[in-house]
Amino acid sequence: MLTVRVIPCLDIRDGRVVKGVNFAGLRDAGDPVQCARAYEAQGADEIVFLDVAATPRGRAAGRETIRIVRAALSIPLTVGGGVGSVEDAQRLLEAGADKVAVNTAAVARPRLLAELAARFGRQCIVLAIDAASLSSERWEVLVRSGSERSGRDVVEWAGEGVFQGAGEILLTSFDRDGTRLGYDLALIERIAEVVRVPVIASGGAASAADLIAAVRSGADAVLAASIFHDGELSVATVKHRMAAAGLEMRL
Amino acid sequence: MPSPRVLVVPTGSANLASVLAGLRRVGAIPRPIERPDEILSAEHVVLPGVGSFAAAIEHLKARSFYEPLRERALLGRSLLAICLGMQILCDSSEEDARVGGLGVIPSAVRAYSGTLRVPQMGWNRIAPDSGCRLLRPGFAYFANSYRLERAPAGWSAAFSDHGGKYVAALERDGVLACQFHPELSGAWGVSLLDRWLSGPAIGSR
Repeated sequence: MLTVRVIPCLDIRDGRVVKGVNFAGLRDAGDPVQCARAYEAQGADEIVFLDVAATPRGRAAGRETIRIVRAALSIPLTVGGGVGSVEDAQRLLEAGADKVAVNTAAVARPRLLAELAARFGRQCIVLAIDAASLSSERWEVLVRSGSERSGRDVVEWAGEGVFQGAGEILLTSFDRDGTRLGYDLALIERIAEVVRVPVIASGGAASAADLIAAVRSGADAVLAASIFHDGELSVATVKHRMAAAGLEMRL
Repeated sequence: MPSPRVLVVPTGSANLASVLAGLRRVGAIPRPIERPDEILSAEHVVLPGVGSFAAAIEHLKARSFYEPLRERALLGRSLLAICLGMQILCDSSEEDARVGGLGVIPSAVRAYSGTLRVPQMGWNRIAPDSGCRLLRPGFAYFANSYRLERAPAGWSAAFSDHGGKYVAALERDGVLACQFHPELSGAWGVSLLDRWLSGPAIGSR
């Protein structure tokens, strides 16, 4: 049986990890290579780098970072932030990303997803959706790192994105992100129900119990940042708790 | 011991950087194949591949890689086929019925059906049958929408389960065909690459 993936997410800017990461035994917690390797050693199933190419200055540094991390990492690497064209995606994949995450540019021009899928295969294309809650069962798509409303309904956009070519959905609750209030379970349940591709839950995790709840709501994978970066929970600890709760895990 | 020389078939596939990095991690010196005749003479050959079945076959034909690749695989010389690379070795794929595969693995590739999550994305358990020389139990990373349902005669197989049993990998002589990505399968994948590279370069057929 396919196991549940636990995915640490690192924010990278100009080749460095931003948002503090506290690992015991790391000389430099801002080094993406050391962080990614530490997570792999803890049993991470994938790594996500975000905002790598979000700034013009960051693009070249980001690609160099991906190259160095790729050489050292033997698990999948997804990279997102600032991907606006097939060429942008190609540069990230050539540097060593296994999947690219697309957000704002796909909302502006959904055909981009079809073009990416045709060129690289849909298994390479992750549609990142930032969802803002409007009511208990309605969400609006936000773009530009959550700073702009798009007017699009999240459920409808997830369906359209998969129709165009997305092979996976990275679903972030904008309201819960960074709050440690747990994932937006109603959102996960709704999206997992309407799409056939895997859904990665993101935004709000504070404990292994939150990750377990997300999976029981339909998520195929769980993404978290701060709980791992703070060093309070290792990926290994979380995965053992998830297995003890009866979930299929790679241990 | 000298570093094994590994030639990679340039399929224009998106996972090339990860495949090259994975090979370097086990001490190999990989480089892309430039001429069709190199396919038969190389010590080790890798057929990576993600993307579409028909486009990959057309690409191999256009570069005159199709025939020597088929011959190498039939001779049982050291060949690692990854993901779509494995499907290309089969007779046909449900992905595109108009195009035939290399016909080395006498099987038809089929789509996952029903209410399953597709693509299958993530780590799944590998159970090799007793005839396997290279494949061992463990977890491997998959990213696929199509697969073989049964192992053909003459091949040793490892199986996995996604809405039912399917073929995770096949081996025969020097040929190792993986539906999963050994280059992304952690320490387990590294050791598999290592065993494949340590095997004899020339098959016995």
